[in-house]
Amino acid sequence: MTTPPALAAPLLSARRLAFSRNDEPVFGPLDFSLGRGETLLVEGDNGSGKTTLLRVLAGMLPPGEGDIRLDGQPASRDSRNGRLLWLGHRSGMNESLSARENLEFLAGLYGVRPGATAELAMERVGIAGWIDEPLRALSAGQKKRVGLARLLLVPGDVWLLDEPYANLDRHGIELVNALIAEHCAGGGAALVTSHGAVRFADSRARHIRLVA
Amino acid sequence: MASTAQSIIDGTSVTRVERASTLGACGALLHRDFVLAWRRRGELFLPLLYAVIVAALFPFALGPDPELLVRIAGGVLLVIVILAMLPALESMFRADLEDGTLEQWLLAPQPLALLALTRVIAHWLTTVLPLIIVMPLLGALLNLPVKVLPVLIVALLLATPLLVLLGSVLSALAAGARRSGILMALMLLPLAVPVVIFAAGAIAAAQSGMPFIAPLTWLAAALILAIVLAPLACAAALKIAVES
Repeated sequence: MTTPPALAAPLLSARRLAFSRNDEPVFGPLDFSLGRGETLLVEGDNGSGKTTLLRVLAGMLPPGEGDIRLDGQPASRDSRNGRLLWLGHRSGMNESLSARENLEFLAGLYGVRPGATAELAMERVGIAGWIDEPLRALSAGQKKRVGLARLLLVPGDVWLLDEPYANLDRHGIELVNALIAEHCAGGGAALVTSHGAVRFADSRARHIRLVA
Repeated sequence: MASTAQSIIDGTSVTRVERASTLGACGALLHRDFVLAWRRRGELFLPLLYAVIVAALFPFALGPDPELLVRIAGGVLLVIVILAMLPALESMFRADLEDGTLEQWLLAPQPLALLALTRVIAHWLTTVLPLIIVMPLLGALLNLPVKVLPVLIVALLLATPLLVLLGSVLSALAAGARRSGILMALMLLPLAVPVVIFAAGAIAAAQSGMPFIAPLTWLAAALILAIVLAPLACAAALKIAVES
């Protein structure tokens, strides 16, 4: 794992990656690579396969064709090993539990970044006062922020963010952009989907455009 | 690689990341399930209430014949417990599939089968163990001979975890389906029959003063086999549920 070629290889790369459902092509074939510090914006209309692409990369769907590599090695459940963090439409959090309980459970599953705590993460996303409220009492935007707090709490190299801007106000959108920028500055990488209505902060970020 | 060097979010310091241990993850899941069970303790009370009501109604429906009750009490209690635990089995993974928790299970650096086994343990402790605890009361309602009660309890302690393990596989398979309750009942029935036969065999033997160890050992053997195999099958079914 310390061989020079593996270090030189991009964090996440895909070659001729395609996915079909019932013989209908959903996306692809796609070629891209994502190195440390890079952000890749996946754009496309509703139904163009953005979420499916992220689910395939996360390993929640088997790729139809092509291959996915992590550090130059073929991606598998073992090699992913919690290095990919997924924030989808479903928060992965229980509505009856508070943000603190949810975050602590997920930290138990994934581990904790050094120095990170649920309180600090909630403070960073601006809703520290809601940490002990049951999640069902929070608005959709606030729940989204709790999901972002999870990204700050648990370690992971590649963020797979499916529509992170949904339900967020202007400040929330700026927050997402700031968090992605910090994550990439710290050596991480992010793959972000958007239907194109939101202006992405880093105009130099590379784009993939999916068409339905 | 237990840990990887990585900077924290503000990029100021580079330190080692603490990866979650598997034991810690199972503990976190157990703790979460207990907290959730406590929040929904009203719901958990329902199977208990159901069991007490059915056990109380049986003597009235059968007429005042203590001899008849003594003969059938063991079997009736067995069936009451199985029926009382059936509705909760169906929803073992439902909520977690709907809110995306299962996606996080799948992506977490933890063995999925062990998480499934932990869920089974939490489920058994929160929904089935209370039923076994009230067994002396239910036995008294049905005039169960005192010497049979320990055998009944041991049989239940072996048979119910076995049923929850089998149910976990079916529940994971049916998690994506709508109205899976009747489906669960239909699928679990053939699997539950041998379990009931062995448990009832032990109770009947104890009642007639015969050795009852053999059927109990069979149950124990089946339970050990299920502890090893069911979580693996459950993990595979959970993957399918998340993928679809």
